[in-house]
Amino acid sequence: MMEQTERRVISVIVMNEASVLSRIAGLFSGRGYNIESLTVAPIPESKYSRITIVTAGSVRVVEQITKQLHKLIPVLKVYEHADLVETEMALVKIPMSESLGDIEALTHAYNGRIVNVGSDTMIVMVADEPMRVNHFLEAIKRFHPKEIVRSGSVALER
Amino acid sequence: MQISGAQMVIEALIAEEVEVVFGYPGGAIMNVYDEIYKQRSFQHILTRHEQAAVHAAEGYAKATGKVGVAMITSGPGFTNGVTGMADAYMDSIPLVVISGQVPMSLIGTDAFQEIDAVGISRPCTKHNYLVTDAADLPRVLKEAFYIARTGRPGPVHVDIPKDVTAQIATFDYSKEVELETYKPTTKGNARQIKKAIEAIASAKRPLLYLGGGIINANAAELVREFSKMTQIPAVETFMARGTLRYDDPLLISMLGMHGSYAANMAMSETDLVIGLGARFDDRVTGKLSEFAKNAQIIHVDIDPASVSKLVHAHFPIVGDVKNVLEQMIPLAKEQIDPARYASWHNTIANFNKLHPLSYTEEGDRLKPQWVVERIGQLLGDDANISTDVGQHQMWTAQFYPFTRPRQWVSSGGLGTMGFGFPAAMGVKRADMERVSINITGDGSILMNIQELMTAVEYELPVINVILNNNFLGMVRQWQTLFYDKRHSSTDLSIQPDFVKLVEAFGGVGYRVTTKEEFDAALKDAVEKNVVAIIDVVVNRFENVLPMVPAGGSLFNMMLEYKEK
Repeated sequence: MMEQTERRVISVIVMNEASVLSRIAGLFSGRGYNIESLTVAPIPESKYSRITIVTAGSVRVVEQITKQLHKLIPVLKVYEHADLVETEMALVKIPMSESLGDIEALTHAYNGRIVNVGSDTMIVMVADEPMRVNHFLEAIKRFHPKEIVRSGSVALER
Repeated sequence: MQISGAQMVIEALIAEEVEVVFGYPGGAIMNVYDEIYKQRSFQHILTRHEQAAVHAAEGYAKATGKVGVAMITSGPGFTNGVTGMADAYMDSIPLVVISGQVPMSLIGTDAFQEIDAVGISRPCTKHNYLVTDAADLPRVLKEAFYIARTGRPGPVHVDIPKDVTAQIATFDYSKEVELETYKPTTKGNARQIKKAIEAIASAKRPLLYLGGGIINANAAELVREFSKMTQIPAVETFMARGTLRYDDPLLISMLGMHGSYAANMAMSETDLVIGLGARFDDRVTGKLSEFAKNAQIIHVDIDPASVSKLVHAHFPIVGDVKNVLEQMIPLAKEQIDPARYASWHNTIANFNKLHPLSYTEEGDRLKPQWVVERIGQLLGDDANISTDVGQHQMWTAQFYPFTRPRQWVSSGGLGTMGFGFPAAMGVKRADMERVSINITGDGSILMNIQELMTAVEYELPVINVILNNNFLGMVRQWQTLFYDKRHSSTDLSIQPDFVKLVEAFGGVGYRVTTKEEFDAALKDAVEKNVVAIIDVVVNRFENVLPMVPAGGSLFNMMLEYKEK
C-alpha cells in the first residue's frame, strides 16, 4: 500500500546560534527526506530564528520529521502547518525591449511591481502564494525573461 | 577564578566526579594533557588507539550507568574516535568525548591535522559543540554532561581549538543547567497509563517486550516487580539481556533474528505487546507487516521519535521507563488479575518444549555454544560479559545465564567489530571485583588487539575468550545460506599464534581444543588475575540458529541447517 505523499510546510523555531542550520539540513539529508525550499531569518527582538521548510511526505514521514527536528537540542518548537498564510517572492529580469505597460499590469495582478529599470533590463518583483508565483512565472514567459530567482516560502498559521 | 581553558577542562571533570578518562594525546590537545599530568583527581588511561579509548569509555558507562569520558586529539585522532561515538549513539550510551582542534586562526585553512570535527560528529552524536571562546567552556562542559545523561542518553562531542585551551577566562561552574530548548519528558501521561493498564487487564495473551532502555533507566528491578506481580511473560531484546534473571520462569528468552522459537512465536501470537524501552529494531521485528499482527501495542519510550516510528503504538507513552513503571505498578496491583493468563502460559510452555534453544554435541569437537554455557557455569554472576560482533556475540546472547542488568555489554545498534576488548577494559575498570570476560571471534579480536598493551600496563585483567573458527563466521554463515557457499574473503585460515601474541604483550595465552583444557585455562586465568587470551578451537562450520532470514517473518524461523 503506497502512502499518499503531500506537500507540507514546517516551521522550526531554533536558538540563533552557529551551525544550527546545518543540523536541520543534515537531519533531512541524513534521513533521505527532501527539502523543496528553506527560508531562515532571525525573529526580531529575540534570540531565536525561524526556519520555514517546505517538504513532501506521507503523514508518517512528516510525523517522523517533526519528531526528529524536535529532538535536536537547539530546537524550541516545531509547527506543522495546516491552515496557513504562505508567501513566496520572485524577482525576474526582463529586457527593456518588452512592453512596459503589459509587464506592469501583470506584476500588479500578482502583488508585485517594477523594482528597477536600467538601460537594457528591468527587474520586477512579485510576492504571493507559491502557486500564484508559479502562475506568474508561467505568464511572464512571453516577455522573454533573462533571469528568474525565487525565494523559499515563509508561512504563518492563520 | 581566572584559569586557562585546559585547566577548565580538568576542573569540569573534577566537578562532574569523573574518576577515569580514556584517551590518547596529540598536538591539538596537548595543553589539556599538560594539566592532566599535574592533577591527581582522576586516572587517565592511555589506550593504544582512539577508537579503543571511546569504546573503553562506553564499557565503563555501560557497567556503571555514569557518563564515560574519552579524550582525543584533532584530525586522525578525532576520526579514529568517530566509530566509538557512532556506536554509543546507536546504543544510547552516555559519553562525553573531548577532542582537540587546530587553533582558531588555522580553522578552515586545511591546516596540519585539521578536520571539520563537529561536521563529522553531528549525525552520530546527540549534540556537539565547537568552543570558540574559553569563557564558554564551563557552560558547554556542564551542558555536555547533562545532555549525555538525561533523556535518551547519548554521546556529546566537545571540540576545543588549541588556542582556546590556552586562553585565560573566568571559570564558574554552575550546579544547574537551564536549557530552554531541551526538556525531556520523563513522566508518563497519566491518562495514557490508565488506558494501558486497562488494556493489559482485558488482554488474554499480553507479552512484555523488554528493551535496552530499561537498563539505561536502571528500571530492571521495577520490571522484575511488575512481571512477578502481573505474571505476564516476557521476551528480551539483545540489548535488554539481564533485565530478568535467566532462570526467571516468566522469561521466555531473546527474540528477533536469532531469538528463540518460543520468544518469536509468543510475539507472533500475543494480543498485547507491552514495549518497555525497546525501539522495534529491524533485527527484532523481522518483516514489519507480519510483526505481532494481531496485537495492540503499548509503547513506553523516553524518545518521542522512537514511538510509532516503525510500528503504530495504540498506547504511546513518552517517559522514563522507571518513572512510568512506578506510575503503572499501583494501578496494575488493583486491576490486573495474574490468574487470567494461565492458558497463555501453557501455550508458551508448549512453544518452549517444541523447539528449545539447543545445540548438538559432536564427540570431542568443542562447540562454541558449550564454551559460552561453560563460562556461565563456572563464573555465572561473578563475571561481566562483553562481546565483539558476530556469531560468538549471538551465541553469548543466547546461552549465557545472565543474572543482572549491566552484566552484559555488547555493540547492538552499530554492530562494531573491535568493540569487545576495549569495552571489557572499561567494564573491568568500573568493577574490579568481578571477572571481565570478552567473548570474541578470531576476526573481531584483531580489530583492537593493540589494547593488550593498555590492559597489561594498567592492570586491567580482561580474559579474552576467542571462539576461533578461522572464519568471519557470521558472514560465512550468510554466504553459506544465501550466496551458495561462495565464501568470499571470509576464510581466516591464516591467523597469528594468539598465545605468542598475548605473551609478547606481557599477558598469558592458552590454546585449547578440549573441554578439560578449556576448564583448566579459564580457572588458571581467573586465579592468576592476568590479561589473557584463551584461543578456543571450535567447530568451523557451526551456524547460529534458529534464524529469521533478514526481512522474513518472526514465525518463519530456520530451526536447523545441515552443511552438505
